[in-house]
Amino acid sequence: MLDAIVWAAWIVSAAVFAWILWDFVKTNLKYGEDTLISSREGVDDLFGDSSAAGGNKP
Amino acid sequence: MTLQMEAAQPKQQLQLLKVLGPAHIWALGVGIVLVGEFMGWNYAVGKGGAIGALIACWVIGLLYTCVAMIDSEITSTVAAAGGQYTQAKHMIGPLMAFNVGLYLVLAYTMLEAGDVQVAGQLIQIGAGNLGYNIPWQPFTVLALVLLALMNYRGVLATLTVNLVITAAAFTSIIILVIGTQPWNPGAVLLHKELLTGLPYGWIGVLASLHFGIWYYLGIEGTCQAAEEVRSPGRALPMGTMLGIITLLIAAALTWYVCCGLLPWEYLGWDNELAPLYDAAHVTGSPVLTVVLFVGTLFSAIASANGCINDAARAWFSMGRDRYLPIWFGAVHPGYRTPFRSIVFLMPVAAVFALFIPLAQVITFSILSGLLNYTFMPINMMKFRRMWPLGSIQRGFEHPFHPFPSIVLFVLCSITFFAVYLGYGRQLLAMMAFYITASCWFAFYRYRYVKRGDQFTMPWPRPSGY
Repeated sequence: MLDAIVWAAWIVSAAVFAWILWDFVKTNLKYGEDTLISSREGVDDLFGDSSAAGGNKP
Repeated sequence: MTLQMEAAQPKQQLQLLKVLGPAHIWALGVGIVLVGEFMGWNYAVGKGGAIGALIACWVIGLLYTCVAMIDSEITSTVAAAGGQYTQAKHMIGPLMAFNVGLYLVLAYTMLEAGDVQVAGQLIQIGAGNLGYNIPWQPFTVLALVLLALMNYRGVLATLTVNLVITAAAFTSIIILVIGTQPWNPGAVLLHKELLTGLPYGWIGVLASLHFGIWYYLGIEGTCQAAEEVRSPGRALPMGTMLGIITLLIAAALTWYVCCGLLPWEYLGWDNELAPLYDAAHVTGSPVLTVVLFVGTLFSAIASANGCINDAARAWFSMGRDRYLPIWFGAVHPGYRTPFRSIVFLMPVAAVFALFIPLAQVITFSILSGLLNYTFMPINMMKFRRMWPLGSIQRGFEHPFHPFPSIVLFVLCSITFFAVYLGYGRQLLAMMAFYITASCWFAFYRYRYVKRGDQFTMPWPRPSGY
């Protein structure tokens, strides 16, 4: 019984990790790199959308 | 093929989802920290006795109150993922930012490794109490993978779960306090008999400051959610300040109940893993024992969950600014999470959890955290000088500036000395690591950083520039 619980923990861990890897690879193949890394810092409710405002570029 | 698909898609900008409220911020901060009430703080008792641990609780509580106040002001203005890393980038410069980013990632990843290690060992202990002998490793790995999955699939569910289990863990402390009848001194709690002054004098009190950090380590993690809250100006200060208030109460209650039930020699013993659980055990109540076992387990899981969230955001932010390969700055188009950073850091945490002793892992986390706190007063001073009050809209203005910054700097310096007393070699080894990493960044990596692209906040130019 205890052996089964220990094995179940390993099997569930492996299955979840496999799912993460599968989704990870699928996402990387499906979307272009420009889209995936298009995030920009600081959309702030105090100032509005910084990307729209153009930002401050010293 | 990828290029063809990319061309077919409309150009879009992926951002992290803004879905969090003040309760999630509270859950993130308190969730990371609360495990420190269930274990770890008691080593302060071993250094300075029960009274020494209480002084450490107050002094380090003051340190973290300063941290929370400073963080609340700056983060409610610099509302971007990365927390103190992003603040350092705006206020001081790239080398400081790189170092602060590394402090954050290592502090959270090491704490995460320690948390899942403890979660696995608690399940082993629980099974052992029922008469069964099982290994802890499969449950450590299971906890890590399940929490990583939750973080991978979205921040809202992740921090909602944290809210529930953190509240449950905090409630378990309250239940224990009520169960020990604090209104009836001497019935269960024996402070009169067990409090014995300062066994090692004031040098012991000084040494206990190191482990006093466990009461509060990680509350600054609320800043990492800055880019994902609906209203940074309101949610971040409210969540952070409520978080530190909760922790001050939890720390005081924890000290009170444990030092009233267990002798200081036992509490401060190196092999004493879970003082609150043992305190519940000593009461002889099976209900309290079960409640505190569940509370301890929940606190470890909540802490690991928050740490995965925060380490990934810090790593992601550094990637987005090209301080690390920009590959890490990717956002999942469906779940809107920093998925590459989450996946990359998962095996790192697993290796530390499975193969490195808990004390080493946690010491590395504490030292990285302490370096981060030492940077914060400098950061605050520069923030007020570069953008004085009125020049930029703040979500929160902390009172009595510059006293919190000065107090924080002084207390960090004293705590560094306390750490040096017990872990001097580790402290020096870690400093060597950060100096080496700084050289790598300055002489190699910085050439890839696009300096203008890292500042996208629509702020006025700083005063004097």
